[in-house]
Amino acid sequence: MLSLNNIEVIYNDVILVLKGMSLEVPQGKIVALLGSNGAGKSTTLKAVSGLLKPEDGEVTDGSITFEGEDIHHLDAADIVRRGIFQVMEGRRVFEHLDVEQNLLAGSYTRSDRGQIKADIEAVYTYFPRLKERRRQESGYLSGGEQQMLAIGRAMMAKPKLIMLDEPSLGLAPLLVRDIFDIITRINKEQGTTILLVEQNARLALDAADYAYIMENGRIVLAGDPQQLKDNADVREFYLGLNEVGTRKSYRDVKHYKRRKRWLS
Amino acid sequence: MDKFIQLTLTGMTNGAILALVALGFVLIYKASDVINFAQGDFLMVGAYLAYAFIVQFGIIWPIGLLLTMAAAVVLGIVVERFILRPMIGEPIISVIMVTIGLSSVLRAVVSAIWGTTGRAFPSFLPDTPLNIAGAIIPADRLIALALVMVLLGMFMFFFRFSKEGIAMRATADDQQAALSMGISVKSVFAMAWSISAAVAALAGVIVANIVELNGAALAGFGLRVFPVVILGGMDSIPGAILGGLIIGLLEVYTAGYTSPSLGLASVVPFIVLILILMVKPYGLFGEIRIERV
Repeated sequence: MLSLNNIEVIYNDVILVLKGMSLEVPQGKIVALLGSNGAGKSTTLKAVSGLLKPEDGEVTDGSITFEGEDIHHLDAADIVRRGIFQVMEGRRVFEHLDVEQNLLAGSYTRSDRGQIKADIEAVYTYFPRLKERRRQESGYLSGGEQQMLAIGRAMMAKPKLIMLDEPSLGLAPLLVRDIFDIITRINKEQGTTILLVEQNARLALDAADYAYIMENGRIVLAGDPQQLKDNADVREFYLGLNEVGTRKSYRDVKHYKRRKRWLS
Repeated sequence: MDKFIQLTLTGMTNGAILALVALGFVLIYKASDVINFAQGDFLMVGAYLAYAFIVQFGIIWPIGLLLTMAAAVVLGIVVERFILRPMIGEPIISVIMVTIGLSSVLRAVVSAIWGTTGRAFPSFLPDTPLNIAGAIIPADRLIALALVMVLLGMFMFFFRFSKEGIAMRATADDQQAALSMGISVKSVFAMAWSISAAVAALAGVIVANIVELNGAALAGFGLRVFPVVILGGMDSIPGAILGGLIIGLLEVYTAGYTSPSLGLASVVPFIVLILILMVKPYGLFGEIRIERV
């Protein structure tokens, strides 16, 4: 459905952030994109959604196609109209708008105005908490509620593909579970394809159908989640699982070498 | 008692017009964070355009007024596109300097075309005095008051319920997030400037109709907007309306109840302004920066 082919992104004409990044998101699946800070995960999403321009970023090489059509020259509004919606990192709700107005803002590009009331109700069935607070200014919602609103707002656009940038950021573990449950439900019930960027590797691997791991602006590992969970490097660097009982001294040396290979 | 009613009605009409001008100012500030020092000059340009259409070209006034509004919309779009858009991302102080420059240019162009002496404006609103509960008030002021109220009501509705209104407020809150909704930030800015210019032009026509056509006086009206918007909160529509009414009433009451030789009328509003800001630093209805902890 969405495919990134060998793309290169440069910020401010000098800083090369993505160096030949390729990725494939098949229709109806949940794909996870993992990686540490600064690996280029958010940049990848912004390259797709057309939000690089306001940050002085530019796709200089490669191609981004969505449903067979080249989209990387389109501006953000056109990309939303084609059915790709990015839920930005850090929730970014419109603080001075109430919950319902936020949802309406999400439906901005829709032309079937008559359907919208029903869709707001549909969002409320996923997030009953939002219904209780429908008239409240969203700046005063809790972090979890704001994340729910950000996802609900994305649903209002009726996108074919939702790209979620770190939905677990700054939330309590129990809430993160809830959010991930709802993400998988939206995927199953609405048939929405999901591209999920996460630092929380364990949760993301549980939810995803396929996963990519990126470092330094390119994909270093890809596979189905079980395969990745069994990979020794992933276990150590992303899931924090160590072989217990091994002697420290020699292992540390090996660890350094492995880490180095992994990152370069 | 008669005097009180008289002053109240006069104050309310003045205040309503102030509110209308303040509204245009708030609109631009809300959508694009630009403090527009040329707001008063939009007033002036609007009044002179109406004068040109109605008196100099002899077009009947309803159509002349519509043409004025249309011209103001074009002016707003041109200003946004060619003067403000290149300034996006520049420091706020540079943007303010640009609007001050724009103000001088507009003033100079108007005085180059129409001269600097005041002219009589065709009074298309009837100014027959009406007697309301013992107070004598010209009809044109009351019509102006009603017109302003209707317009303000329309704006409240626009921002609360319409898709474009919500998009404008969303842009004011978080431009990048608005962009990710598919909202075109450029067209939101253009819309803010054109609506604002049209509202200012209408206010200019109303003021010119009540007083006279005088460039400096009309442009100066724009400066009186500052206490209004600071009082109401720079980014609040209801604040602009209430702030306008408060300042309008205060000016008239002070002028009416104190000796004119003291010259208190222009000072008292500012004293009240300071007092209110001490209690509510964002103005009466200003949007408080929400900080979650």
